Amino acid sequence: MRFDTPAATNPIDQGKVIGKPIPRIDGPLKTTGKAIYAYEWHDPNTRYAYGYIVGSAIAKGRIRSMDVAAARTAPGVIAVVTSDGVGELKKGKYNTAKLFGGTEIQHYHQAIAVVVAETFEEARAAAALVKVDYAEEKGAFDLTAAKDSAIEPEGGGDSGAGDFDAAFEAAPVKLDQVYTTPDQSHAMMEPHASIAAWNGDDLTVWTSSQMIDWWRTDLATTLGIDKDKVHLMSPFIGGGFGVKLFLRADAVLAALAAREAKRPVKVALPRPFLMNNTTHRPATIQRIRIGAGRDGKITAIAHESWSGDLPGGGPEVAVQQTRLLYAGANRMTAMRLATLDLPEGNAMRAPGEAPGMMALEIAIDEMAERLGLDPVEFRIINDTQVDPENPERPFSHRNLVGCLRTGAERFGWQERSKQPGARREGNWLIGMGVAAAFRNNLVLNSGARVRLDREGVVTVETDMTDIGTGSYTIIAQTAAEMLGVPIEKVAVSLGDSRFPVSSGSGGQFGGNCSTAGVYAACAKLREAVAQKLGFNRTDDLVFADGEVRSGDRRMPLAQAAGDEGLVAEDLIEFGDLTKTHQQSTFGAHFVEVAVDVATGETRIRRMLAVCAAGRILNPITARSQVIGAMTMGVGGALTEELVVDKKRGFFVNHDLAAYEVPVHADIPHQEVVFLDETDPMSSPMKAKGIAELGICGVAAAVANAIYNATGIRVREYPITLDKLIEELPEIS
Amino acid sequence: MQSPGALEISRRDLLAASAATVTVASAHSLGHAQTKATTAPQSTKVTFTVNGEGRELQLDNRTTLLDALREHLHLTGTKKGCDHGQCGACTVLIDGRRVNACLTLAVMHEGDSITTLEGLGQPENLHPMQAAFVKHDGFQCGYCTPGQICSSVAMLEEIKANIPSHVTVDLTAPAEITPAEIRERMSGNICRCGAYSNIVEAITEVAGRKA
Ligand code: FES
Ligand code: FES
Repeated sequence: MRFDTPAATNPIDQGKVIGKPIPRIDGPLKTTGKAIYAYEWHDPNTRYAYGYIVGSAIAKGRIRSMDVAAARTAPGVIAVVTSDGVGELKKGKYNTAKLFGGTEIQHYHQAIAVVVAETFEEARAAAALVKVDYAEEKGAFDLTAAKDSAIEPEGGGDSGAGDFDAAFEAAPVKLDQVYTTPDQSHAMMEPHASIAAWNGDDLTVWTSSQMIDWWRTDLATTLGIDKDKVHLMSPFIGGGFGVKLFLRADAVLAALAAREAKRPVKVALPRPFLMNNTTHRPATIQRIRIGAGRDGKITAIAHESWSGDLPGGGPEVAVQQTRLLYAGANRMTAMRLATLDLPEGNAMRAPGEAPGMMALEIAIDEMAERLGLDPVEFRIINDTQVDPENPERPFSHRNLVGCLRTGAERFGWQERSKQPGARREGNWLIGMGVAAAFRNNLVLNSGARVRLDREGVVTVETDMTDIGTGSYTIIAQTAAEMLGVPIEKVAVSLGDSRFPVSSGSGGQFGGNCSTAGVYAACAKLREAVAQKLGFNRTDDLVFADGEVRSGDRRMPLAQAAGDEGLVAEDLIEFGDLTKTHQQSTFGAHFVEVAVDVATGETRIRRMLAVCAAGRILNPITARSQVIGAMTMGVGGALTEELVVDKKRGFFVNHDLAAYEVPVHADIPHQEVVFLDETDPMSSPMKAKGIAELGICGVAAAVANAIYNATGIRVREYPITLDKLIEELPEIS
Repeated sequence: MQSPGALEISRRDLLAASAATVTVASAHSLGHAQTKATTAPQSTKVTFTVNGEGRELQLDNRTTLLDALREHLHLTGTKKGCDHGQCGACTVLIDGRRVNACLTLAVMHEGDSITTLEGLGQPENLHPMQAAFVKHDGFQCGYCTPGQICSSVAMLEEIKANIPSHVTVDLTAPAEITPAEIRERMSGNICRCGAYSNIVEAITEVAGRKA
């Protein structure tokens, strides 16, 4: 099904199942330990061997030689596969750093060997016996130091309209500030893990992947085998946030180890390997300049961002939102990319907008203050309904103003003290902050297969993944709505490369796109059903209550299946509506903090997000996506930072004790409000993304609240105690 | 070659080496320990009860309780999030008390009674805490969930037993089930999906009070 004209009224609009707060259909499995994750597949007739990874102890250079004699003869060891032993392997399309193979070391903890043994304990002990002789080279690890060597990334990335320099020069009120965001880690709870089993030339891999087809393709490329030979399964994924978008070392190592050991092999990356072996959100240095008239209208806005990556990598696109979020005739954005020899920088929840909004939304707060305007009003004054760089290109639907107004009302924004540092309760300085939320709506083609059996049970198959997003549930809701059956009659099978290729999970496109693919397949199945049941007219067909109706005629849906069942498969293919119309999602974050006047400790007291993101397919799962993103945003504001050892070139705090993500005690009750809207430009579902919108702006809202509480403006994330304590008032 | 033998090794080098988990520097000492270990008995028979069922295992002494459950008994409801006592995903109940199963060796539990998530309830017969997690959507990816549920069940018992926490204000009064107490006591269970707000609501409902 091609989608190139705005969606008309369709069965989804009935809203009998779609849009209802239906608890996750996989909930009973996940809460009883019956959901099987990658490392947990177990066939009682198979003897699995265990692989343990060895990672590089240097950040850059070459392996001169590896001595694996001791490891090979250690108790229980079956095989040792080394990077120099297997030689160069072809790199998959989506990775920047190679995952394994050859003697070059591109980053710290890059995989250089896997030791296979009968037990996990034996493999781990033997892995510690591998000795490596390295030829170490000097690397670049410091973004600040490398900033001036940064160049325009491949494919450009500078944008502009009007004459920024002249307008900024002429503006009566101006801001010119620099903000920094650190390297961050996804830190999802399930470490990367794979089990690989060969049967002749055929390879089966259970893994933890957000994008089945990307992984399958890249794994085949890396191993030099046909894609058809690879069967990948990932039905449950213990979180990803972007780090499981692209093939990872565990899958490659498991496959190579299983080939060598002639046995199925399980490989999980130990937690302390994750931060340096995989990808992270790159640090940024961002300069923002805003000029405005005394009426509060922005006349000039510029956003420049510097980030680093390995050779062949890309920039953190932190200026993306600034091209679209606020009006202003004169504007420019630019990105510069430095070469750094740190582990690979890549997508983490809302790449670009998450760190970009961390900076931009502080700048907006600062500018509002300079103008003497309420920060909510300042944002409203500068709303735009068109792409500011191309005013003939409208937004498909944009209600940022509604989010800000609703939020201000619900949060009690009028209680906020205009004077920073003026509200105190005992030892606590109290402040409120606001930030806009903004994230683009991306669309990717997505396929699905739908089966109807004679019991009237509908089975959906797609290689879509559920990384905690609620895919199982919203896909079941879509099929139930389209075919007029209760949700209990729908079975959903996901994450298997034998199923039609879907959008996968990433970039907050998965919910909208994968359900649109299921919509397409169901539309096809409806046609097949109508034909089978002998309905001549299709324009007035109604699928409801397990029946198909047209005029006076009604037939049981199950009857169409017959004994052999009915199957339909289709793909939603997106046309150029995202080109003719800017599709984005909007929100507003409101935060109240208390800052300890003596220690500078920040506590989050209240949080509210108001979101306008098209149709909400399931308010329970959508809300969970938003509160999860708000929580990660709090981490970004207050604690999360991968600390770079600038001499040796690695992230020092590479585990969950030292990389501090929010815990229960850090997070208060969170409120989420969804504005009631649909976006017919987005897909037949009229839904848009929500999972990443929720993080965009949160950290800035916290920063702005801290400023409101203390009068201290911190522009370097995370806002830790040491950045506040010097300037806190004397304790009386 | 980076050598651990060099006397001029700096403190910084040492830090980096220990951080690296498998570096050349750490390899020698570990290798040494390994060689010695081969002369000692490597495995031990252990008998304990898991979810009411007696189990007997012959285990490598280094096997954690977590790996005994997951890899030997195939009770994979208990999760491995870090293997270092940093996340709580592996929380199980031992004689009713919550324990990080990754931080304790299986052979230390001779005669103990262990309850895992699977022992609390099944999909068709959910424990009240499991049902409350489903109702309040107290999870997303589900990977921290077994630990959260086991932890919360034992945590409520700790409050009932009047064991104080860091946020307990009055040590002489009976401990109360408040959102602040729940958050404090559950902070050893990380949820990167960020379901905290919903988890607290689920626990509060089971505890019989409104959040
Ligand atoms: S796996 Fe035991 S605490 Fe993380
Ligand atoms: S549900 Fe994913 S980590 Fe808690």
